[in-house]
Amino acid sequence: MNLENFLIQLIEIPGISGFEQPVSAVIEDTWNNYVDQIKKDKLGNLIAYKKGNARNPIRIMLAAHMDEIGLIVKDIDEKGFVRFTNIGGIDERTLLAQEVIIHGKEDVFGIIGAKPPHLQSSEERKKTIKMQDLMIDTGYSKAEAQKRIAIGDPITIRRKSIQLQNNRIAGKSLDDRAGVAVIAECFKELEKIHHQCDVYGVATVQEEVGTRGAITSTFHIAPDIGIAIDVGFGATPELPKDETLELGKGPGLGFGPNIHPKIYERLVQTADDYNIPYQMDLVPEKSGTDAQVMQISRSGLATGLISIPLRYMHTSVETVQIKDIQNAGKLLAYFISSLDNENLEGFLCR
Amino acid sequence: MNHEQHTLLKKLLESYGPSGNEEKIRDIIREEIRDYVTEIRTDTMGNLIAIKKGSGKKVMIASHMDEIGVIITGIDEKGFLRFSNVGGVSPYVSLGQRVLFQDGTLGVIGMEDLENMKDLKLNKMYIDIGAETKEEAAKKVQIGDMACFYQPMAVLEKNIVSKGLDDRIGCFVAIEALKRIQSSTNELYFVFTVQEELGLRGARTAAYGLNPDLGIAIDVTSTGDTPKAKPMAVELGKGPAVKVMDKSVLCHPIVKKMMIDTANQNQIPYQLEVLEFGGTDSGAIHLTRSGVPSGVLSIPCRYIHTPSEMVSKNDVENAILLLTKILEKPISI
Amino acid sequence: MPLKLLKNLTEACGVSGNEDEVRNLLHDAIAPYVDEIQVDPMGNLIAVKKGKEGYPRILLAAHMDEVGFMVKSIDDNGFVKFVPIGGIDERILISKVVQIGKNKVPGVIGAKAIHLQEPDERKKTLKPNQLYIDIGAKSKEEGEKLVKRGDYISFSSEYVEYGDQLVKAKALDDRVGCAILAEILKGHYASTIIAAFTVQEEIGLRGAGVAAYRTDPDIAIVIEGTTCYDVADIKEPDYITQLGHGPALSILDAASYSDKHIRNRLSRIAEKNNIKFQFKQGTAGGNDAGRIHLTKSGIPTATVSVPCRYIHSPVSVMHKQDFQNCIRWIELFLESIQKEEWIYES
Repeated sequence: MNLENFLIQLIEIPGISGFEQPVSAVIEDTWNNYVDQIKKDKLGNLIAYKKGNARNPIRIMLAAHMDEIGLIVKDIDEKGFVRFTNIGGIDERTLLAQEVIIHGKEDVFGIIGAKPPHLQSSEERKKTIKMQDLMIDTGYSKAEAQKRIAIGDPITIRRKSIQLQNNRIAGKSLDDRAGVAVIAECFKELEKIHHQCDVYGVATVQEEVGTRGAITSTFHIAPDIGIAIDVGFGATPELPKDETLELGKGPGLGFGPNIHPKIYERLVQTADDYNIPYQMDLVPEKSGTDAQVMQISRSGLATGLISIPLRYMHTSVETVQIKDIQNAGKLLAYFISSLDNENLEGFLCR
Repeated sequence: MNHEQHTLLKKLLESYGPSGNEEKIRDIIREEIRDYVTEIRTDTMGNLIAIKKGSGKKVMIASHMDEIGVIITGIDEKGFLRFSNVGGVSPYVSLGQRVLFQDGTLGVIGMEDLENMKDLKLNKMYIDIGAETKEEAAKKVQIGDMACFYQPMAVLEKNIVSKGLDDRIGCFVAIEALKRIQSSTNELYFVFTVQEELGLRGARTAAYGLNPDLGIAIDVTSTGDTPKAKPMAVELGKGPAVKVMDKSVLCHPIVKKMMIDTANQNQIPYQLEVLEFGGTDSGAIHLTRSGVPSGVLSIPCRYIHTPSEMVSKNDVENAILLLTKILEKPISI
Repeated sequence: MPLKLLKNLTEACGVSGNEDEVRNLLHDAIAPYVDEIQVDPMGNLIAVKKGKEGYPRILLAAHMDEVGFMVKSIDDNGFVKFVPIGGIDERILISKVVQIGKNKVPGVIGAKAIHLQEPDERKKTLKPNQLYIDIGAKSKEEGEKLVKRGDYISFSSEYVEYGDQLVKAKALDDRVGCAILAEILKGHYASTIIAAFTVQEEIGLRGAGVAAYRTDPDIAIVIEGTTCYDVADIKEPDYITQLGHGPALSILDAASYSDKHIRNRLSRIAEKNNIKFQFKQGTAGGNDAGRIHLTKSGIPTATVSVPCRYIHSPVSVMHKQDFQNCIRWIELFLESIQKEEWIYES
């Protein structure tokens, strides 16, 4: 597996919340090279199992969500324009003049048009256009559109990946396909090193609509330790330094009530031991990631959070640096290999 | 609707049952269906669980018994009651309405003098039960007592109008389907749930206890067919709706497809529903334990959460038909 | 001495996610009176006091955590920037005393002197990100020796008994519940008592659900410190509760509708034994009962609370009689339990 190629492949495939099948297939193909078993659960979470070599291994679950935010067909109007609503947190301002693909019976190309500036009053121009006033122009009449498109079909922004300077990649759905790539990198690394615990890598569904896939997959696996891999706010000029992570300076390691302090400490220790750069990612309240629900699954478990620095979150030009993903994958693998049953007491209780 | 159905529906709709106080509704339903099921019981939360045994997949059908209402938070010196909402209650809709307490006491909702109607909030309103003193009021009503809207059912040519159609009409559809099912290999759990309006609470614990293979909620949904309504493709009278999504659930593709295929095979009209707000019991069911593939059969309803909710008789009949057909077929998942 | 324990508990730091100090105090206080004691992966302290065969298992829960802050950064001049944890009224922050980190480094939340403010400035609330904590350090380097990013911060507030049987302290929500629960554990009951001192209530009722999942109780009672606003200019029912009118029984809030059977039993017991109590008015807010009652197949749950004025501030206030009555009330409830009672089949 070439990490960069895998990531590019991932972000050019559609997979909005509830409709993750296409991206799930690609992940399965790649992960399958490194694991003992792979299956899909009832809600569509992809669960890969890599056996550890302890006699009574403890279970660690790694979760990265494969779903992305997107749009969904709400209605087709008399002229054939497609009305839509959002799945997950979409910034309405990013939608105007985008090219989209409606994933109906066939993929249908469309554009989200806008009233030309010449016809807008100066008052109008100051206001954001609400989603319910936007529409997709597919070029089809209502009858033709209905042959291809139905209410409830998912829609994604049409976006090829973009290679920026310094090995940075921009595109849609890096939140959280970057995390999926981290797990792949971790599995690959674990092929080379010894680990005692059983590892469950999960590409979760429906995170963007309320961390739903993590709720059921964590219950199902019932792990002792859970680590979520998601993205964190990358530093840009308008954001405060102490609330962001810098691109290229290593993964963020979550710290706060959602995270077991000993997991944080062990991650830091591992990073130091292997000379892997990292940044502290402060999570004062709820993390809003899969870690948030993993921690309170069943009787509770020890959770950690690894964040890949990412700029322009929830747009179609999200940007990450490949090196951060690589470092996160390696860190996770070394972390896992450092766990043995004897030294776990402190994690399983406090 | 025949006479018996009319009587049952009227009883279901007009009875008292705000969230957490579903006892009367539960009694009506239990009496109505006990002869049609293998087992019937009430769980710790108050959900009524009726089981038709089978050897096949376990299917949970959920319709909620509770309705929105108000809860008394205080009684003033002159016997006026202050209240808060139980579920989604609009102050504008409540103004001038009559409300019904469990013991049959009636009250009227009034408001303080306001300069601007935009300032109308529930805490500027009160309930008048005709008492003249705190003591007199306290004989009939106590802090924590709940009341629901009081409105008789009205049957129009094509439509039914009433309070509480959300979701007694879902209960009605489930009861009728339960009676009509000739044979089914599926194990059917008809669950009449509590506290849906407070956050899908009853369905959540019932689903945990029953651990079904598949979940279907029967509930009302909004429509986009009234003047200057929020845009939505669902219309009254165009058939029951197969839900695609709402804020609580993205319906499972297999369940959705099964519902659509069954409708097509039996020539039952249906509509696809994308609801941009609200949620229903499937939202709780599908996240239970390791996950339960779930869908929702919706009955289009205008004026939801008012004393005059409106559904189409045809939609109701078609919903019963569709649910019956879905449940009669062996389910594989 | 329940009030002595309450003093120690309120003066300890226990911001959500960092309940260690409170947990250690409670551990020591209850250890002599319980049969089993454990700490789960989230940090909930769970103790079991075994009862007789055939009697129900009753979960009593009180949360250990309090609202507070976390260190975000230390600026070039040694000032500490911070972020709130839990629901804090921003307007109370200015000119309060806080303690930072394990070593409880003292600091003050500073602000521009009134003399230097423009008239308009005085009218505006300062947001937490406009405020800073002064620990006396003169540079980033000096500051970082004492305080680091991620350190938890709590208000500093002495336990004071004053007025007619009143107590002022920080974090009465819910150290008052913890102290009551610890006291109750000294008694002897036929039922098995599961005591859960929970974590992270203030940031979304996160600890209680897992404690209930682990312990599988038949019923549960949550013991809280709750809003009380019986002050000048406010009228019933906006009081929510009234100080000195006895512990409050919850009916409905945003997170749960209290189980009717437990509620009725509690009211009957209070009336029979002349224990002054009140119904909590208003329906806003929520507590651990929200998670507990929806655990697994459902657990009948009720909440009793000690009214606390100025909750979530460094100067919350309670009435000693409400506190004592709450202890007695729950003890009587536990004593009233009959064999086979409250045990539901699942």
